[in-house]
Amino acid sequence: MIDPIFLVEAALNGILLGGILALLALGLNLIFGVIDIVWIAYVDLVMVCMYAIYFTVQVYGWPVWVGGGVALALGALLGIAVHVLIISPILGSAAVNQLLATGGLLFFLQSFATFLWSTDHRTVRFSLPSWEIGGIFLPATRLIPFGISIIAMVVLYLFLTKTYMGTAIRAVAQDREATALMGASPMLIYLVTSAVGGLMAGLAGALLIFQYSVHPFFGGQFGPLTFMICVLGGLGNMPGAFVASFVMAEIIQIAGVIWSTEMGYVIAFVVFIVMMFVRPGGLLARRQ
Amino acid sequence: MTLARGAGAVLLALLLLEPWLPLGDVRQYLLHVLIQIFVWAFIGGAWSLMGRFGLVSLGHGAFLGLGAYTAALLWNFWGLTPWLGGLVAVLLAVLLGALVAYPCSRFQVIGHYFGLVTLAVGEVVRLLIIAERDWTGGSLGLSLKPAQGDSLLAMQFADKTVFYYASLLLWLAGLLVWRRVDRSMARSAMEAIGEDETAAASVGIHVTRFKVGMTALSAALTAVGGVAYAQYISYVNPDTLAGIGVSLRIVFAVVLGGMYSLLGATVGTALTIALSEYLRIVLGLKFIGMAETIYGLLLILFIIFLPAGIYGSLASLVRRVRRGTMVAGSAGPA
Repeated sequence: MIDPIFLVEAALNGILLGGILALLALGLNLIFGVIDIVWIAYVDLVMVCMYAIYFTVQVYGWPVWVGGGVALALGALLGIAVHVLIISPILGSAAVNQLLATGGLLFFLQSFATFLWSTDHRTVRFSLPSWEIGGIFLPATRLIPFGISIIAMVVLYLFLTKTYMGTAIRAVAQDREATALMGASPMLIYLVTSAVGGLMAGLAGALLIFQYSVHPFFGGQFGPLTFMICVLGGLGNMPGAFVASFVMAEIIQIAGVIWSTEMGYVIAFVVFIVMMFVRPGGLLARRQ
Repeated sequence: MTLARGAGAVLLALLLLEPWLPLGDVRQYLLHVLIQIFVWAFIGGAWSLMGRFGLVSLGHGAFLGLGAYTAALLWNFWGLTPWLGGLVAVLLAVLLGALVAYPCSRFQVIGHYFGLVTLAVGEVVRLLIIAERDWTGGSLGLSLKPAQGDSLLAMQFADKTVFYYASLLLWLAGLLVWRRVDRSMARSAMEAIGEDETAAASVGIHVTRFKVGMTALSAALTAVGGVAYAQYISYVNPDTLAGIGVSLRIVFAVVLGGMYSLLGATVGTALTIALSEYLRIVLGLKFIGMAETIYGLLLILFIIFLPAGIYGSLASLVRRVRRGTMVAGSAGPA
């Protein structure tokens, strides 16, 4: 039998992991909800941003917040580049082709990263404190990213609900043709959405580097999981993705402690598959 | 048409005679590349049986890995011949295919959602292989236990020529199946389902039966391809035979070639393999990752500029040109 303290620790770690996953899923979900394309290479953009913060902070010794700013800016630029160079020429193509074009980007980013930086795992070392509460360790390297992630999600929520641009983005997500008829330019909105999605990728990269080392195949670790969270929450459904992140993170952490890390993922994926049949519209979808 | 047929016959004759052509040192290498092309084209063809009807699977690695590992493990642990092991592998793949396709069809999981469900299935198989590392070898993979010398029973041969002809036959058999499906009632039914499921059901097409049947067929063929590949390489690895990477590669090759034509999968596979081999030779070990980088870049460009696939685009171009000359001919003065 497993000591309950490990389970409690796993559950806490699940919440902390869920915060980061939610950030990843919200970025991807925003893009999907508005542009209706799944960026298969989304987490590979995150990987590139992680390298940015690794080089600025660990190699050149810049302060963390400057490195984070660089990662954010790079993420937004990459988001715009992906949209302008890859997505906009094929907006009218079959869904498979759109999916595959970003799949090609995945191969490209992984191999280019291998070419530039080799397959070594690289870590940014932070000397941050760790607290122990009743036998459970809570390192600041997990708490700080969680906090920033929650703040970022609140900011995103406010951006989408309180600003003019945010309202326009939500309008496009609801009905593309009608929004165009109202005089809003979907192209501009796609561009802003891609930039915001990229910005979120940059932020996620900046936060993930606290806990994980970066290598060219980092995307494989979180990529499939991120798509599944988006679908589990209901593609385009923000609160759904938020809840789904925590559900998946808890499954992975707790099953990981009981069996093994791989089994944690296996169970999470099987839950995803079953949930697709039980609630195809997503966790929080209303029954029609 | 006769020209195309003649060229095809010459090409086939060359392929049949390849082991006797005076190629010198290149022959072994060429054989190796061709075997890979045949096996992966067969697998791509199996994928396109679903893909062309809108069942875009991003998890065919599941069937591939399941097939390859079943046969490999049965041989390594119990010495069961891969002929029977392959049969077990096919049965398991059909079962898995039905297990995925049945609920997907019943609950109308289609489009993006179908792709992502199959992607999850592919990852589950890969992770299970890694998790059960005690007997699957985990992410290090597993070598097939060598038989004493050449053995038909063990499907192991020192000479590549045997594998060459076997894979050529496999590929031709795959084309035959593809053609049979292409000319069957199932094709019309599946096309109707792909267009509009409700409408198809309303005219009496049994949607679930056709979808599950087609998935099972595709899964079975993919498993056969997995066994064939594992026997040739005599090594299995979860990252090269299951999961998202290999699944996407299969889809890429087929989409690149064009999934609606008989030879599309073959053309696409031949091109991607030739391209990556060429880049690997040119760039060598000096620039690790560069070959794949160019490969990824070209894939993006191909998808943007040739959305119907290379073979598909070329075929329609030829057709348009021919129709154009015919129209011009009839319109001109007699």
